[in-house]
Amino acid sequence: MKHKLHLDRAHLLEQLKQMLRIRRFEEKCAELYAQEKIRGFLHLYIGEEAIAVGIMSTLSAKDNIVATYREHGHALARGLPMKGILAEMYGRTNGCSRGRGGSMHLFDKSHHFYGGNAIVGGGLPLAVGLAMANKRQGKQALTVCFFGEGAVAEGEFHEAMNLAVLWQLPVLFICENNRYAMGTALALSESETNIAKKASSYGMTAVQVDGMNVVDIEAASLTAVEHIRQTNKPYFLECQSYRFRGHSSFDGQLYRDKAEVKLWQEKGPVIRLITWLKENNGLEDEELNNIENEIKHEIQAAITFAEQGPWEPISDLVKDVYSPTATSDNTNNVTNLSQGNQS
Amino acid sequence: MSAQVLTYREALRSGIEQALVDDERVFLMGEDVGRYGGCYGVSKGLFEHYGELRIIDTPLCESGFVGLGIGAALGGMRPIIEVMTVNFSLLAMDQIVNSAATLRHMSGGQLNVPLVIRMACGAGLQLGAQHSHSWENLYAHIPGLKVLSPATYTDARHMITQALADPDPVIIFEHVMLLNTRGEVLEKSEASMEKALVRQQGSDVSLITYGGSLGKALAAAKQLQAVNISAEVVDLRCLRPLDNKAIIESVTKTHRAIIIDEAWLTGSLAGEISAIIMEQAFWHLDAPVKRICTAEVPIPYPSHLEQAALPQVEQIVSAAQAIMVAR
Repeated sequence: MKHKLHLDRAHLLEQLKQMLRIRRFEEKCAELYAQEKIRGFLHLYIGEEAIAVGIMSTLSAKDNIVATYREHGHALARGLPMKGILAEMYGRTNGCSRGRGGSMHLFDKSHHFYGGNAIVGGGLPLAVGLAMANKRQGKQALTVCFFGEGAVAEGEFHEAMNLAVLWQLPVLFICENNRYAMGTALALSESETNIAKKASSYGMTAVQVDGMNVVDIEAASLTAVEHIRQTNKPYFLECQSYRFRGHSSFDGQLYRDKAEVKLWQEKGPVIRLITWLKENNGLEDEELNNIENEIKHEIQAAITFAEQGPWEPISDLVKDVYSPTATSDNTNNVTNLSQGNQS
Repeated sequence: MSAQVLTYREALRSGIEQALVDDERVFLMGEDVGRYGGCYGVSKGLFEHYGELRIIDTPLCESGFVGLGIGAALGGMRPIIEVMTVNFSLLAMDQIVNSAATLRHMSGGQLNVPLVIRMACGAGLQLGAQHSHSWENLYAHIPGLKVLSPATYTDARHMITQALADPDPVIIFEHVMLLNTRGEVLEKSEASMEKALVRQQGSDVSLITYGGSLGKALAAAKQLQAVNISAEVVDLRCLRPLDNKAIIESVTKTHRAIIIDEAWLTGSLAGEISAIIMEQAFWHLDAPVKRICTAEVPIPYPSHLEQAALPQVEQIVSAAQAIMVAR
């Protein structure tokens, strides 16, 4: 079943803008990383923007999102303010996880954004559990779980697929197949490289979609979301994509040819939509420049916000390990324990 | 008459049942908890009463269903997850340690995981080297978790209630040798779940223990009384956070400590408790702290070897006598 898309010019420009926001943000993050403003691991989403943008544009504010450690794009597309995301990567208390998470652990409860999970496959059962809670409480929301094709080799993938279908839970599984689990190509890690086929063997609808085409993704997601809302059953989308940058900030990319990267870059989601809009919708350079300028300002404001963010005092080191409890006795015990029984 | 006499198993079941009655967000989920009645029979009969939406049989996938429990807790439910034994829980350790214990912190306090995980532990049923261990210490090592070890019938009955009231993940260890034993269950818990309790007052030596070893420590204390040694028995109840204050209070009074812990000696909680005593009560000690733990061998199948591996009453008695020689 094909769905009517908002293929009007304004909507497509909005999708382009959202993808460009992610692209430019990630490029800036790479720069800030080189300047040592951002530390730790940094996993960039460049090349895969169409997936997060296409999917998120079909969701409601109450739907849950579970993402991976390559989640800056998902957070931005979900509507988390850019400044809170960047401040998180700076480790400041005005970050979206109060600075405790970093790049791999972006959280925002008000946006139903449940991370930022950095154990490959670990987010899958979590998402199925969130879906179970929604179903049990009669909430209409669905849960969207993003993961890479690397997670498909994990036991938790099998366990989560089985449980979601067995118990008919409202989850949308989005496999972002960017062809490499770190440096290991799909063919070297899967006996069945057609991931949608593998997923369909659990007894749910599973579809492959061009992960470089935001319109295709939005269409596929609309179908999926409607299916889940009507049936309360899970649905699986495999988005075939490519990451243009290395796995993380420490990747020499010895495992793939530069020619291969170039080939994929030529059919990248941003350039593709720009070309299409220019050819079919009369997109002017000035319009594009305006979008770029707007994004530039947003990024600059985010940097200012992050750089002005306060550091958490070391006296708060063990904060948020446990919830505050009613009895002060318990709190003291826990505090003592967290500090290594120094009292 | 406020006390009821129940087996440890019945006390556990009664606590779970009360939770199901009190809070519709509560459900019990695990392998064979429903139609089978639980591997150790703890949930027997609950499926018939509460139905498949509240007593949920899972496939064999510890990581999957523990992860589901975490997600469901995040989503507003109050799951009780049964993992058949602590040995199997290692298959779910990623979810417990990397997700349940970290989510509150990683999210800067936005999320919390009100999840209770119950698991059987302990040796004595000749179940061999993959069903018999005491790994409370593995979980007690993890900030973000709370770890309970109910050793009495009252705690078996009420700790689940206390655990469910806690906003953070709580793991409850149920020693298999206690399940068939029977005793008094008080109407209310004697203390908050994070408090250690002195089960027998004494003045010469503190026997500090938890879970399946509490009975052994009490039996030893009785034998010691006959030879004029007054042993105090401290039931830790909660292994994370440890009730340091109660440990130090007892040792400050008796000046001697023996820790009885069914875990292997190396890296045991007994070692942790010993260090706490060194750091906080060293000058009160009249003798070195003594640890009685399980021999460093995977639990053997033959009964005589299994028993030889475990802490025994005679060992506690001789250790106490030896420690008192310097008196």
